[in-house]
Amino acid sequence: MTAATPPTTARSNPPVEQLESYFGPQDLVRRSATLDQPAPERELTKVAKLIDVTRCIGCKACQSACIEWNDTHPEMEDFAGSYMNPHDLTPEMFTLMRFTEWENPETNQLEWLIRKDGCMHCEDPGCLKACPAPGAIVQYSNGIVDFIHENCIGCGYCVSGCPFDIPRVSKVTNVAYKCTLCSDRVAVGQGPACAKACPTECISFGTKDDMKAQAEERIAELKSRGFENAGLYDPDGVGGTHVMYVLHHADKPEVYAGLPAEPRISPVVETWKGVTKYLGLAAIGAMAVGTTLHGLMGRANKVSHEDEEKAEDLVETEEGTKR
Amino acid sequence: MNVDLSRRGFLKLAGAGVAATSVGAMGFGEAEAAEIAHVRAFKLWTTTEARNTCPYCSVACGVILYSKGDVKAGGAEILHVEGDADHPTNRGTLCPKGAALKDFIHAPTRLTEPRYRKAGADRFEPITWDAALDKIARALKDDRDANLITTNAEGVTVNRWTSTGFLAASATTNETAWATTKVVKALGVAGFDNQARV
Amino acid sequence: MTNSWTDIKNTDLVIVMGGNAAEAHPCGFKWVTEAKARRGARLIVVDPRFTRTASVADYYAPIRPGSDIAWLMGMIRWMIENDKVQWDYVRNYTNASLLVNEGFGWSDGLFTGYEPEKRNYDMSTWEYQIGDDGFALTDPTLRDPRCVWNLLKAHVDPYTPEMVERICGTPKDRFLRIAEMIGECSAPDKVMTSMYALGWTQHSKGAQNIRGMAMLQLILGNIGMRGGGMNALRGHSNIQGLTDMGLMSNLLPGYLNMPTEKDTDFDTYLSKRQYKPLRPDQTSYWQNYPKFMVSYLKAMWGDHATKENGWCFDYLPKLDVANYDILRMFDMMYKGEVNLYFCQGFNPLLAFPNRAKLTTALSKLKLLVTMDPLETETSRFWENHGDFNDVDPAAIETEVIQLPTTCFAEEEGSLTNSGRWLQWHWPGGSPPGEAKHDTWIMAQIFLRVRELYRQEGGTVPEPILNLNWDYADPNEPTAEELAKEINGRALGQVTDLVDTSKVLAEPGKLLQNFTQLRDDGSTSSGCWIYSGCWNEQGNNMARRDTSDPDGTGAYLNWSWSWPVNRRILYNRASADLDGNPWDPERKLVWWNGEKWIGYDVPDIAVTAKPGTVMPFIMNPEGVSRLFSRGLMRDGPFPIHMEPFESPVANFLNPDLRGNPAARIFEDDAAQLATSADFPHVGTSYRLTEHFHYWTKHNPVNSVLQPEFFVEISEELAKEKGIGNADWVRVWSNRGSIKAKAYVTKRLKPLMCDGKALHVVGIPLHWGFTGAARKGFGPNSLTPFVGDANVETPESKAFLVNIEKTTPPTEGATS
Repeated sequence: MTAATPPTTARSNPPVEQLESYFGPQDLVRRSATLDQPAPERELTKVAKLIDVTRCIGCKACQSACIEWNDTHPEMEDFAGSYMNPHDLTPEMFTLMRFTEWENPETNQLEWLIRKDGCMHCEDPGCLKACPAPGAIVQYSNGIVDFIHENCIGCGYCVSGCPFDIPRVSKVTNVAYKCTLCSDRVAVGQGPACAKACPTECISFGTKDDMKAQAEERIAELKSRGFENAGLYDPDGVGGTHVMYVLHHADKPEVYAGLPAEPRISPVVETWKGVTKYLGLAAIGAMAVGTTLHGLMGRANKVSHEDEEKAEDLVETEEGTKR
Repeated sequence: MNVDLSRRGFLKLAGAGVAATSVGAMGFGEAEAAEIAHVRAFKLWTTTEARNTCPYCSVACGVILYSKGDVKAGGAEILHVEGDADHPTNRGTLCPKGAALKDFIHAPTRLTEPRYRKAGADRFEPITWDAALDKIARALKDDRDANLITTNAEGVTVNRWTSTGFLAASATTNETAWATTKVVKALGVAGFDNQARV
Repeated sequence: MTNSWTDIKNTDLVIVMGGNAAEAHPCGFKWVTEAKARRGARLIVVDPRFTRTASVADYYAPIRPGSDIAWLMGMIRWMIENDKVQWDYVRNYTNASLLVNEGFGWSDGLFTGYEPEKRNYDMSTWEYQIGDDGFALTDPTLRDPRCVWNLLKAHVDPYTPEMVERICGTPKDRFLRIAEMIGECSAPDKVMTSMYALGWTQHSKGAQNIRGMAMLQLILGNIGMRGGGMNALRGHSNIQGLTDMGLMSNLLPGYLNMPTEKDTDFDTYLSKRQYKPLRPDQTSYWQNYPKFMVSYLKAMWGDHATKENGWCFDYLPKLDVANYDILRMFDMMYKGEVNLYFCQGFNPLLAFPNRAKLTTALSKLKLLVTMDPLETETSRFWENHGDFNDVDPAAIETEVIQLPTTCFAEEEGSLTNSGRWLQWHWPGGSPPGEAKHDTWIMAQIFLRVRELYRQEGGTVPEPILNLNWDYADPNEPTAEELAKEINGRALGQVTDLVDTSKVLAEPGKLLQNFTQLRDDGSTSSGCWIYSGCWNEQGNNMARRDTSDPDGTGAYLNWSWSWPVNRRILYNRASADLDGNPWDPERKLVWWNGEKWIGYDVPDIAVTAKPGTVMPFIMNPEGVSRLFSRGLMRDGPFPIHMEPFESPVANFLNPDLRGNPAARIFEDDAAQLATSADFPHVGTSYRLTEHFHYWTKHNPVNSVLQPEFFVEISEELAKEKGIGNADWVRVWSNRGSIKAKAYVTKRLKPLMCDGKALHVVGIPLHWGFTGAARKGFGPNSLTPFVGDANVETPESKAFLVNIEKTTPPTEGATS
């Protein structure tokens, strides 16, 4: 079997004759709840998706292509006062156009800001760090953060751990889902489905270096059109991301439907990583496994506020009994 | 150890422990779990490609239909549709409609059999192609014979038929359009239009 | 489109007005993004709503629906006043210097010759002054007060920036800023492109909206240029093809037209269409009309068409009125004058205006036949769906036959895109169930009707019995057979017109292109402008070579475009009078001292010397028209006209209503409302997530935009106590709909004639069949009146009212 080569563009025609993936389990750099993940023997070139929101026309081709490629079936909702549909990311909708009607206070002009939301594929992934299930979340040396659904326990900690609030846990399968960066396409040299489809080519895909260079060109062009604060969103707080934005107003990313200005992994998650090393997981686990585990696993589950309250009660009862 | 854990934070820890334990409890060893860590199998292997163009707007984006089975033998099923990167206009891109063409082709409301609604009925019933086409031909012949205007008051031959009308489809091919216009104009139908009118 | 999608990358300035390219044509809009990124092009959007196209524009200005002519005439006025004119182009390539009949003029919003009782103009004065030699008189100095240029200057004079603001609601400062941006494109090496669609056509003066911009583009010298042109973004995959193929009541293939009762015989018919040149040395290509028409009639009736019987001219229906367009047909149906109606891939119940009238009309048919890959509301017009289709099936006597057809993915053939490229496609899937190709269905209908005539005789059976149906399998002609028939064949030996010893095509051979068509019966061709699509070189529509010398975006070896593979119409005008490109950086075609060469197929005889034969070869003048003589029913210049339903009076003449030359039926006129009861302006449009009434059948698109809504401003919402996503009722004098309200900053009240006006935006796409939620469209509300020239309904500007309400009821059937 011929080996695939890494993709350098989003737009090529998929092969139909089988190729060998250019990356695989041997390229993992991180694996959730695994303390001693060995370093891979080789390091792949970092890939990235660049989303130039200034070229985006909010058409949702990315959503459509994502649904078709990933064979998901989002629920049809209703009209809720915005073009945004579904109303949020869901276990079946990995990417979402978020629309903001923003009156720029400096110019008094209306700007309709449209941002494609979805997994940022952080270099330092909060979801992976928060994940307690060994191997449910992995990171490859090319930068892709992928969920391995067979290993997922549906606890929802990846959601809390994500600085961008991206993963969603299915009530049907009790498994967390998010954008895979179309790891199956990338593995055979293809760009992600959303990037291929994007009509105005506002989504690009290639090596992270190429994407950063392309972003520089775009930013220079935007500055020539009067967007003095145009810039690249590749936040340091999470070690940079493998999904980056070109923004006209990079000085205030929050105007783009709450894109965090300084995303960071929650201190709790960072701390947890520290705790596990010394405290030992098994002790806590043994205490809860009989009841809490049943409570968490026995039904389709997304860790909502309510769930946490219930869990709290369970643990309290447990604690009370012990005392 | 200098840990300032909130109560909620501690609960998270507890949950994490629960989960970590559960994997072991479910029977996955470390090695087996690592084996699962691979990407989804590429779904287009061994499919057949057909070059087509999008049926929606007039940009006419190139698309590739990926299918299994033999079109000529009648059993081909389209599994995926994607933009044709070789096409100079769309260069592989597609809009939200074009990108979802597979589900247009397989729409739950695609029609699969001829149907007939009787006068005053509140539903359709199935009808055979033969019966449907014979009914149509009979109705055309009778109405044309009764209502074709052959000459006007001045005696000029006009061969105009206005009691039957035809709307053609702006999504059919030029070749279908030629077959359609031949038949419709030869019958003498005056009320003939397509979406270009609207 | 005069140009192509891929050519848009060559532009310096894009104006999207009368359309919403980013939403309706996203992948074509890519080329705007390319022009912006590669050339630093700017994008202007003028629209009643701040659309998704506006969201990526460099400059946006609002406009009141239906006031575009005033805006465009104001723009022309500004160009003339500020000397932003491509003078060499205007002097040489337009009819600016031609002198107009002394009797022509205008006053009170009307041109000379108006006959109010007929709603018609006597156009006899709308003509050039003709000299004794039969040619139009000219004054190349443009000093004569009767030359077109001076008449145009006088005509546009009332449209000052202040008047534009008053009529259109476009703030003066925005209008002037746009004028400056557009004015830059009067430089010979600066080019603007106009991208428009139904925002301009769906008005009672739609054709004049488009003329207004075409005139501006001529004054700027932007027609025929790379990156320029008038680019109609057509709405369907083959709406260009069906127009080219003449599937319309007043047309035949290749823009030949249907005979009328005044065309008493074939020679009379031809004599009115073979235009003689109006200036010396000009091509006036329609002089070849007989070759195209005879070849068409030979394609239809083969050996039965002879010189003696006028090539079966009498077999064609002759019209007694200008048009049996859809409005007329449904009006006749409404009156009980139509018995059978066929809808092939068409959903008129949702697509045509005044749904209540349509439902009544369809209920009076004896038989309705629909052919479609999908359920349509039309095929189920008799079914009760609560508020969404409030009918009583038992009271509707119409029989309906619903025939399932294949879709694009299951068939082979060509579609013509907006840029006139004919592209071949191949099937990838098998038809579902018993679905059949449309060609098979048409063949079956034809063969069965012919058989009945053979057996029974009947009224004038000859056009049917003698129709040429020479296919290997008469039951199902193949796409290849039909395409070759369209291209045309030599029936006898075809020889060179000058050197008759030179044989161009032997009998039976496919013709190279339309230059080989003859008027003596020795050739046949279904559609002359498509001749060349499949010739002895093979299927040119299937070509896939992406080479593009000089990066022009022409792609001459990709597919095939009409005419004769030309990609930019009027491209001769991209060079100056001597044949040198206006812009050396964007060469297209040029004169090399002996002939015309370049990156495109020259739109002129290759040996036509520069300076004598002018670029607009289809026009008898040889030049383009700023003054259109009697070719349009509502005036030789575009003049401001209000919509039939308007919140303000026509400033030129308050007694005028709508387009004074547009036809309106009595019942429909009685249903026109005034702003006393209906104070807001309704307008209809597409959303990018959907295609017409098709994609609501697609579960994916139904997720992306699931439910019908209307868009209103925060100001109107406040006035009416409507919250975002509240249910509202919108009604006109013809019907009422319910929708969720989208309260948005993207619509603002417009100040027109001293009043604050609100626009209610009503998207298409919803009905009572399919995967999406049930909804209404705009056409329950729209008026039943069309454009004066082409009868396209006025769906873009009408009067409505709005109030908060309760949800609609679903009804028993689903």
